[in-house]
Amino acid sequence: MLPTPDTSHVAFERVYEPAEDSYLLLDTLSSESETAFLRSRFGGNRADATTTPTAAGTVPAPFVVEIGPGSGVVIGFVNAHASHIFGSSEVLTAAIDVNRYACAATRETVRKAAADVASSSPSTSPTATTSSSKSGTFLGAMQGDLTAPLRDGSVDVLIFNPPYVPTEELPRQPTATDMVTSGAAPTFQDDSYLLSLSYAGGADGMEITDLLIGRLGEVLAPRRGCAYVLLCAQNKPEAVKQRVRGFGPEWRAETVGSSGKQAGWEKLQIVRIWREEEQESS
Amino acid sequence: MKVLSLNFLTCAVKACKSTSGAYPLHPKDAELVEDDLEVNSDLLLNIMPRIDWPALSTTATELGFPSLPAQPPTKEELEADEKMLRDLHHLLMETQMMEGKLVCGNCGHEYAVREGIANFLLPAHLV
Repeated sequence: MLPTPDTSHVAFERVYEPAEDSYLLLDTLSSESETAFLRSRFGGNRADATTTPTAAGTVPAPFVVEIGPGSGVVIGFVNAHASHIFGSSEVLTAAIDVNRYACAATRETVRKAAADVASSSPSTSPTATTSSSKSGTFLGAMQGDLTAPLRDGSVDVLIFNPPYVPTEELPRQPTATDMVTSGAAPTFQDDSYLLSLSYAGGADGMEITDLLIGRLGEVLAPRRGCAYVLLCAQNKPEAVKQRVRGFGPEWRAETVGSSGKQAGWEKLQIVRIWREEEQESS
Repeated sequence: MKVLSLNFLTCAVKACKSTSGAYPLHPKDAELVEDDLEVNSDLLLNIMPRIDWPALSTTATELGFPSLPAQPPTKEELEADEKMLRDLHHLLMETQMMEGKLVCGNCGHEYAVREGIANFLLPAHLV
């Protein structure tokens, strides 16, 4: 078992606390089947290549982005354990969240998790700062609306634990002038609003996820891009997968992880979305 | 946020995305800090194919770094040129933008960067 990142520094009154959904993402992304998929897709079968540097330089480093990281537990895990998940630490990571507090929390979680991996690895020089031979390279946490600030075709792996709880109304989506911290502590109302953005999904809990899925074709890297999206039973996962498959013959959507054993009203699953390269040449 | 992140970012205004002016965003009044990290040449070599070189050249010049060569170095050139490797490592890995603005060359919108976090949320009239 890979260690879960420490999030003890995070103010959970205004940033989503890691829960069953977060842990399902960790388990799925580090599972044998998904690491095999990611290693084959991003050429990370270089686990033995660390001793043969000539093998480097053949496969471009993947760019992994989590949308809505909250505490940063998932992207912190993926970044810290990049060697295990991708078979190589040559991985770039970043995160985008509407909540500025979540951005700051994520940055710290990522830093701590990478430092923990570095200090537990005897081969790493004690003078090394935040970098380690096993972790990826975190570019930063940005405040933004889903994938809006990302360049088209730039993302190789997109991870999304959405606001998936069905609610009567979607909270008002924040704009640039929201949450401009003036130094004053957030009120209870501010905190409730921030948390509502992390879970409230509107009709079927799908209003935000539908927007994200509609943007995948643009934001994912044309050939090797893929996405992991968490859904609950009320999100109608089969319909979501059908929608993705309707994007074109090369699109795939499959459930690759689920929390079915503890089936409650909120049964969770992870859907992997990707494009399969056409086999026949035209 | 690392300078390298600017290579992946664009204006958040939908109408700007398809325009050439929206990428790369232009740093303004940028305050930079430098981390001290070990050079990882394998990482740099594997990042090179991911980099939009003209955009990186623009960013480097605008941040006051020495201008980059017109063409991206090949793997062989980079492996043979330790100074270039170190310079790229310094620009891409060690340099962080902490304060300032990122400006869209198409619509002119300025995204604030505070304490290393850029805010790409749009004002209500642009959403």
